[in-house]
Amino acid sequence: MTMTTEQPATVDESTERLTRGALIRLRFARNTLAVSGVVILVLMFILAFIGPFFSKYSWDQLDFLALLQPPSRDHWFGTSQIGGDVFALTIRGLQKSLIIGLLVAVFSTGLAAVAGGFAGYIGGKVDRSVMWLIDALLVLPSFLLIAVMSPLYRGRTWLVFVVLLAAFGWMVTARIVRSATMSLRERDFVRAAQYMGVPARKIVFRHLLPNVASILIIDATLNVGATILSETGLSYLGFGVQPPDVSLGSLIAEGTASALTYPWLFMFAGSALILTVLAVSFIGDGLRDAFDPGSNKSKKKAKAS
Amino acid sequence: MVNYLVRRVLNFLVMVVLASTLGYVLASLAFDPSANYQGGNPPIPQSTIEAKLNNLGVNPDDPLLARYLTWAGNVVSGDFGLTVGEQRVNEELSRRIWVSLRLLILGSIIGSIIGVALGVVSAVRQYGVTDRAASVLSFTLLSTPVFLLAILLKFGAIEFNNQIGTRFFYTIGEYSSDFSGTSWELFLNRLQHLILPTLSIALGGIAFYSRYQRNAMLDVLGSDFLRTARAKGLSRRQSLFRHGLRVAILPMATFFAYSFGLLVTGAPFTETIFGWNGMGSWFITAVQSNDINSVSAVIVFSSVLVLLSGLLADVAVAILDPRVRLR
Repeated sequence: MTMTTEQPATVDESTERLTRGALIRLRFARNTLAVSGVVILVLMFILAFIGPFFSKYSWDQLDFLALLQPPSRDHWFGTSQIGGDVFALTIRGLQKSLIIGLLVAVFSTGLAAVAGGFAGYIGGKVDRSVMWLIDALLVLPSFLLIAVMSPLYRGRTWLVFVVLLAAFGWMVTARIVRSATMSLRERDFVRAAQYMGVPARKIVFRHLLPNVASILIIDATLNVGATILSETGLSYLGFGVQPPDVSLGSLIAEGTASALTYPWLFMFAGSALILTVLAVSFIGDGLRDAFDPGSNKSKKKAKAS
Repeated sequence: MVNYLVRRVLNFLVMVVLASTLGYVLASLAFDPSANYQGGNPPIPQSTIEAKLNNLGVNPDDPLLARYLTWAGNVVSGDFGLTVGEQRVNEELSRRIWVSLRLLILGSIIGSIIGVALGVVSAVRQYGVTDRAASVLSFTLLSTPVFLLAILLKFGAIEFNNQIGTRFFYTIGEYSSDFSGTSWELFLNRLQHLILPTLSIALGGIAFYSRYQRNAMLDVLGSDFLRTARAKGLSRRQSLFRHGLRVAILPMATFFAYSFGLLVTGAPFTETIFGWNGMGSWFITAVQSNDINSVSAVIVFSSVLVLLSGLLADVAVAILDPRVRLR
């Protein structure tokens, strides 16, 4: 899913003096979409975490003198049916969605790295049972499973929700990590470590996973977007972030009931959601291009031959 | 080939059993069916609640394994038990299953065909107007959750109806309940109801397929065999469609299985937003009313659908790709 052109070959001359990290940063910085994704995401974070200090109202504060008011100087995004300040609510929801997206992406990618790394390195029974678990979990859309388990975290902390999202979000990445480690397993540096008696745990964590770091970084980024989508979906139906707390999904759900006449109720939350996910996917694609230009091509060619 | 198919079908059965077990066990652990009978005024006596729970087969005092085995035994003989409202799940299932299937099948067919076509055009005219428009569109659509998309479509349609002054799009239900007319008019009426939900399901598919088809087609466009075909005198169009597309469309079969899972996830949102009484909206009400048997039925349905699409994809690849056929 790339939108940018491959970079012209003029880079080659200067690359000799560049380290790999610098080269990746350079490639990333040349990708306009990826950079604009970073800018949007940074703005969203600033809005979500610094915005509350500038807001006149807090998200759980009700202004009974202004019910269903359109955006004004006093209430920047208008007010809701019960007089909540939509600006404060939206940034609170954005905060929740961003935190959940980040946490789940880190947890699920970590889980995927461990499961995929050990399955790929040890092979045999471990590999078969991990793959079997992955296949079994992939049969049912995670949305259904988490929705079924939603009564378990009703009235409890949202961290349980984060754990569930992570527990059902690691499978695809784990598969990719597994196949990458399997091809690394026979390499000399791994062999050398084996003959020196380095235990499997250390080989996986010290030698194999650092070598698939690019995959992990890319997938963690893309997982942020995927998580925000599934979190807001579940929250939209009331299976996610529980009231009185809000997420972008629950705000959209509340706002759409009468949104035709009062569009400000859901418009801001909706645009914040789309922009955030769009920014994250631009960054993810930019990272993929920066780490491995022409990766799509080489993979497909290898498959076809 | 036969061997391969037999292995796939066996795997399919094992996975369905596994998924439905997972669904039933999770639902039994998470739901509290007795909550449905509490808090009434006057309170329902404990013995009545017990009797009702036993009748449904969801009494939490019975061991989970025993409850599961009874349920599984009944399901194997084709009986999904009772809903919380003491209706037969089978009846509800047969009423709702086609509502969802119509939506999902139409949505996936439209999504994949338009998506693939758009992807091919984008690749052939890379960086042209169509390509750029399609890229922007699909990036935005892939970042828009299906519930937001459905809501926006609904509002857009209501606005459109107001502008032209008649109800062209219907936004609630799958047909007008007070409708009378010939069967052709009824068909048209159903079609007017069908457009928006199908579109909200299909748009995601279009975005998804067009991205992958574009990448696959771009890879093929630079390949040697296409140049050979052109060198032998085939026109650009002939070489693209007879040789290029055949190869580039193969990976889409695999993506078909994956995207069906996305569709199944999208259905609950689309069905609730457009007021369709399908499996998806049933799932949501069942979770809200602690209905273990209904939720399990929907989960069996979803797992069969997802696995069936995977199986179909495998068969399609086996038919299209001689390298797999030989194995």
